[in-house]
Amino acid sequence: MTRKMITIDANEAVAKVAFKLSEVIAIYPITPSSSMGEFADAWSAINSKNLWGTVPLVVEMQSEGGAAGAVHGAVTAGALSTTFTASQGLLLMIPNMFKIAGELTPTVFHVSARTVATHALSIYGDHSDVMATRSTGFVLLASRSCQEAQDMALISHAASLESRLPFLHFFDGFRTSSEVNKIEQLEDEDLRALISDEKVAAHRARGLSPDHPSLKGTAQNPDVFFQSRETANPYYQACIGIVQATMDKFAKVTGRQYHLFDYAGAPDAERVIIMMGSGAETAEETARHLAEKGEKVGVVTVHLYRPFSVAHLMQALPASVKAIATLDRTKEPGATGEPLYEDVVSAVSQGLADGSTAFKSAPIIVGGRYGLGSKEFTPGMVKGVFDDLKADQPHNHFTIGIKDDVSNSSLPYDPGFSIEDPQTVRCVFFGLGADGTVGANKNSIKIIGEETGNFAQGYFYYDSKKSGSITISFLRFGPKPIHAPYLIGEGDATFVACHQFTFLERLDMLRYAAPGGVFLLNSIHKPEEVWNHLPRQAQQAIIDKGLRFFVIDAYEVAEKTGMGGRVNTIMQTCFFAISGVLPKDDAIAEIKKSIKKTYGKRGEAVVNQNYAAVDSTLENLHEVKVPAKASSQLELRPPVDPAAPDFVRQVLGPMMVFEGDNLPVSAFPVDGTYPTGTTMWEKRNIALEIPVWEPDLCIQCGKCAFVCPHATIRQKVYDPALLQKAPAAFKATDAKFREVPGLKFTIQIAPEDCTGCGLCVEACPAKDKTQVGRKAINMAEQPPLREQERANWEFFLDLPEADRTAFSPTTVKNSQLLQPLFEFSGACSGCGETPYLKLLSQLYGDRMVVANATGCSSIYGGNLPTTPWTVNRQGLGPAWSNSLFEDNAEFGLGMRLTLDKQQEFARELVAALGDKLGKQLVDDLLNTDQSNDAGVLAQRRYVAALKEKLAKMSDPRAAQLASVADTLVRKSVWIVGGDGWAYDIGYGGLDHVLASGRNVNILVLDTEVYSNTGGQASKATPRAAVAKFAANGKGLPKKDLGMIAMAYGYVYVARVAMGANDQHTLKAFLEADAYDGPSLIIAYSHCIAHGIDMRKGLEQQKNAVQSGVWQLFRYNPNLADEGKNPLVIDSREPTIPVEEYAYQETRYRMLLQSNEQRAEALMKSARSDAKKRWELYRQMADIHYQSNQENNDKDH
Amino acid sequence: MPDLSTQYLGLKLKNPLVASASPLSKKLDSIRRLEDKGISAIVMYSLFEEQIVHESRALDHYLNLGTESYAEALTYFPDLATYNIGPESYLDLIRKAKEVVDIPIIASLNGFTNGGWVDYARRMALAGADALELNIYAITTEQETTSDQFESSYVELVSAIRQQIDIPLAVKLSPFFTALPNLASRLVQAGANGLVLFNRFYQPDLDIDQLEVVPNLELSTSSDLRLPLRWVAILFGRIQADMALSSGVHTSQDALKAMMAGARVACMTSELLKNGLVRIEEMLAEMQQWMEEHEYESIRQMQGSMSQQAVAEPGTFERANYMKALTSFDHRMR
Repeated sequence: MTRKMITIDANEAVAKVAFKLSEVIAIYPITPSSSMGEFADAWSAINSKNLWGTVPLVVEMQSEGGAAGAVHGAVTAGALSTTFTASQGLLLMIPNMFKIAGELTPTVFHVSARTVATHALSIYGDHSDVMATRSTGFVLLASRSCQEAQDMALISHAASLESRLPFLHFFDGFRTSSEVNKIEQLEDEDLRALISDEKVAAHRARGLSPDHPSLKGTAQNPDVFFQSRETANPYYQACIGIVQATMDKFAKVTGRQYHLFDYAGAPDAERVIIMMGSGAETAEETARHLAEKGEKVGVVTVHLYRPFSVAHLMQALPASVKAIATLDRTKEPGATGEPLYEDVVSAVSQGLADGSTAFKSAPIIVGGRYGLGSKEFTPGMVKGVFDDLKADQPHNHFTIGIKDDVSNSSLPYDPGFSIEDPQTVRCVFFGLGADGTVGANKNSIKIIGEETGNFAQGYFYYDSKKSGSITISFLRFGPKPIHAPYLIGEGDATFVACHQFTFLERLDMLRYAAPGGVFLLNSIHKPEEVWNHLPRQAQQAIIDKGLRFFVIDAYEVAEKTGMGGRVNTIMQTCFFAISGVLPKDDAIAEIKKSIKKTYGKRGEAVVNQNYAAVDSTLENLHEVKVPAKASSQLELRPPVDPAAPDFVRQVLGPMMVFEGDNLPVSAFPVDGTYPTGTTMWEKRNIALEIPVWEPDLCIQCGKCAFVCPHATIRQKVYDPALLQKAPAAFKATDAKFREVPGLKFTIQIAPEDCTGCGLCVEACPAKDKTQVGRKAINMAEQPPLREQERANWEFFLDLPEADRTAFSPTTVKNSQLLQPLFEFSGACSGCGETPYLKLLSQLYGDRMVVANATGCSSIYGGNLPTTPWTVNRQGLGPAWSNSLFEDNAEFGLGMRLTLDKQQEFARELVAALGDKLGKQLVDDLLNTDQSNDAGVLAQRRYVAALKEKLAKMSDPRAAQLASVADTLVRKSVWIVGGDGWAYDIGYGGLDHVLASGRNVNILVLDTEVYSNTGGQASKATPRAAVAKFAANGKGLPKKDLGMIAMAYGYVYVARVAMGANDQHTLKAFLEADAYDGPSLIIAYSHCIAHGIDMRKGLEQQKNAVQSGVWQLFRYNPNLADEGKNPLVIDSREPTIPVEEYAYQETRYRMLLQSNEQRAEALMKSARSDAKKRWELYRQMADIHYQSNQENNDKDH
Repeated sequence: MPDLSTQYLGLKLKNPLVASASPLSKKLDSIRRLEDKGISAIVMYSLFEEQIVHESRALDHYLNLGTESYAEALTYFPDLATYNIGPESYLDLIRKAKEVVDIPIIASLNGFTNGGWVDYARRMALAGADALELNIYAITTEQETTSDQFESSYVELVSAIRQQIDIPLAVKLSPFFTALPNLASRLVQAGANGLVLFNRFYQPDLDIDQLEVVPNLELSTSSDLRLPLRWVAILFGRIQADMALSSGVHTSQDALKAMMAGARVACMTSELLKNGLVRIEEMLAEMQQWMEEHEYESIRQMQGSMSQQAVAEPGTFERANYMKALTSFDHRMR
């Protein structure tokens, strides 16, 4: 049979097989497995069928725990069921995994293995998640490449049915899951050949059914549990043979033979590495390379890790082996070794004992760790390990790939060691996030892989910012299959492209270039001028390496052809033209074919503009004659200001320019604790335009600063005398604040931190009466303003902050005099969430503890290298932590409990030490009203006085009190997260925390989808909106979290939308914090995942409120005590139809465009939802309440 | 019983009331109801080339926005199987409408580029449209563009489309031309079989509280009838094309006036949107009654009977009407 060669990533390859072999698929998003679920959902939505001709049922659950539970139920009832997950998600599945395995029920969990969060979260790959499941009883089957992942997916489904054991099939997150590679696709016939219908029928027949009733899940007593647990042993013993037999059958069908343990290298190897996952492929290629050169080395790839077959491992190892290194991509602190090491030591020991090994003598066995959190694992590292095995006493418990200067565990290696095939073309592309570079490169790889005889590989790296990010694409292609799951190394790239000129100013990207290679630059400068605009280092590299240098002004071509900022097809055309991988005309034809395929369904206009861009490219592509000498006066910009603190310069700085790999272990905090306030040092300069303030028009309302997502537009009032030292261009006007007359007022922009989103301009209500298009804030080009405004910004920062006791923060304008302690995050430009967090930081930043659920807010809030939560001049600021996705409410409650307990203890001690502290101080400490800033500031003074006294006291209780004295100052606990957390995975905990009655404030940044993982539906997703996992438009209405919380009667609840009513938002924040009990604020957060012009985000918030989709309200239980209805609706009856709001957003509109009939039906229901909700709330708000007094009177 | 039938663009129509391009023709169900109520032909809602292009680009833009920028969210939307962007759904509606109603279906195309127009026109004809109405929507703000250049671009568009299609072709015009008869005859020479007078342009309004320009499209009233009435009367007999009067047809009397001025059909939307499709039945009955009372045998009999060429004093459509109006205004001032 001829099979199709396709170029796809492992997630898609695996999902295809799993979809074909399943009836019920339970999914939940988690990086990097999400796309497997997305594929399954999308295929189901278009009625793709499984192997038996029916469309699998795909259901999104509230968590991975839920998904595992649903799978457990499905398989118990006799369905063929699967799920996809990784990392924490897999951990949440563990309880069910024990059950599923204990009940001998076949299923396959496909896992793109990812790091489990410890001192920090990492979305990247290692085996710590899979290793945590070793004791569940699941069979663990490892793949190491895209081809293998597809193949093992089939083998695992087939063997699971045969053996009755559940399988966990895993492959490396990102490195394999997201690597695009050319593979031979399995056809339905292949699947049929492997899957036994008889076994399928047997599985169904075992399903729980009242037609043949049985009972599972008994509770057993000490008398029988143990014996029962041992009954399954024969199945595990049989499984080993079944998996190998399935692999053999697979080989007969496809020609690809796998073994439980695959050996490669010298037949007489003396030094062997044993490992699994993608690293094994690198190790194998390196071993072959070294063996060809005469080195006696080899590699054993572990496929079947559980059940572990000692016999098969012994058979795989050559008898000549003298030294073995096991490599684990996980860390088990405190163990005698990592899991694979332990297994191999034990296996060899057993083998020697039972004589099943052919070893002449017992080999030395050492273990090491590599590749945690997707740390690179290269041929150089493999060689480093082999070299160490030459020693009489090789290092044990070593690390490879890092410099461990703390425990000295790391082995040395040569980073320059390369085994790249000279026939393989290697290309590195630097792109600006969302400029289309990655997409175009994926297309290029597909074209090369599928339209030429070449093999091809693509891997893509992204930095951690959601705006202005840098992407790096690594492409390889050539006549030989590419088994190189590692990045292209320095000096190895035959083609380097820079798609954004400004990157050259700060990144040494030509370090990747191989001598005689090509450098392609998207240049805003003309070919004859560009040389002088290159940094000296780049010029020197071009000369020294003899690079051919090409330029194109892709932005100009894009602009002229209607492509906007998307330079993708233009740069792609240049790549094909220069690389010559295809004849020019063929290449252009293929690019166009790919454009048609990618964009065709989006309409002819899009296809045509891409065609036009391709056609205009070559005439604008120029080769630059390279001068003999470097002449530039420009140097690479240092990543951070030399004035930055040491830690920022020495540790965070290298991370900013992709040189974090070079940092040694000693550079890092031991417990994951980092300083706050570091984004201020990362001047990203990503805005093309920034706002400019017009003092003559400004009405000083504060709205611009209020809505700014990045705290880059701020206002201050100050003594006019301070202006004497102001830069010449610094703007000021008379302040219009009644509280303190005679002050000056300035609105200042942080030019290098602003992302240019324009929300401030949209929010500005002041228009020039002679020219209404001019507002008090207008956008202007950043580069000409940069230097001037940088000086202004520095001067502005030095101006004193407003006296918090003089300006009550109860108005929007006053609130914006408070210093933001959340600034310059890497959130999307125009983010709808961050203005709320910034406001929180202004109001309570100096006394706030934040528990932050995993999600967008934990990424822009806590992803290295720099973080946005910062401190004020007194060094006070928000203290922030992220635990998990699912536990955030509980995490925050724990913080509250600590503060409450310690405060209680402190108060007890203050009272107990009263005589020594003095009556006045004791009275002040215990009775100061801290409901406002003045009270809090006063309490801080009293606590300072207390500490002073305590320091001089010898009473042992004084030391106790000193350690908890700070808790006497009121602390505000904020529990922050998105709707995925609050409505779904964390809902149970959130509900319990609300019920606890404790004084915590919960802020739900409701984007109505899982934004951070790419827009999957949550229970907050409204009806009629399209989202991933709701590709046909969500058919049911949004969960009313506010209503549920109100049902307690003692929870403060508010629903806000700052774009609709900023004063209302402010009021709700103030009331929530003031309320002595649990508070819940649900904040409409417009989002890039809505498919909107982010600049119009505030307007959309207004439309949402006006259409009745998002009612504003506050529910304050204190009002009930006063005999008032606690519910106050703060928005008017809907004035615009829902569709007038909804169809401004792609998430709704795309359904209208793809399935008009369904869109109309759902929109009709959405209108009805809004109407009913309005009516219900109105009626609730109209209920007459009686005061406690009235109630008491009645009782008597 | 008087004969209400007429002929427009070579199509034999049972009466002169035609539904002009509007949301009423967006659904098969309302197309069917229009026929049930007695309308004689339906001009489909306009396919806006500009809108198609915009929708296509907007969809592409927003599906791309923020993608492949951050490792956890490489995209933000599912990739749906198809999008009905482009003329397909419109063409499909033409096909379906032709299946469910017997009256002629006239496609309407609103565009601005030579390439796109021509292709869409051809596909509409292939879909089964009985005729095509071109709604040329263009406002030039360029100082360099002369009125001749501007008018010539209209003529060139019509000519290009004529070469592509065999079905009858009408051109819907705006009233804002200096020398309308000349343009009209050039369009006819270029291949137009009919002229529709006039288009109602979207005219923005100013919100003086918010200081914003706001979209505004008001429904017509009977007073809007007079502008097209005059020009139909002037052009009747001068150009070799059927005329449709559009704008301001609200009553049976309006329709009769249109006929007498020289229109072959009277196109209406505002009245139907305001007062329902029942108005078609009512107006037809009233027309019939009026014709009976005034002893008209047929609509054809009256078509053009009060055109400029047919009245006793043709000048009244030019200067005298203006004078008369002023005189009566003076009279009221007293």
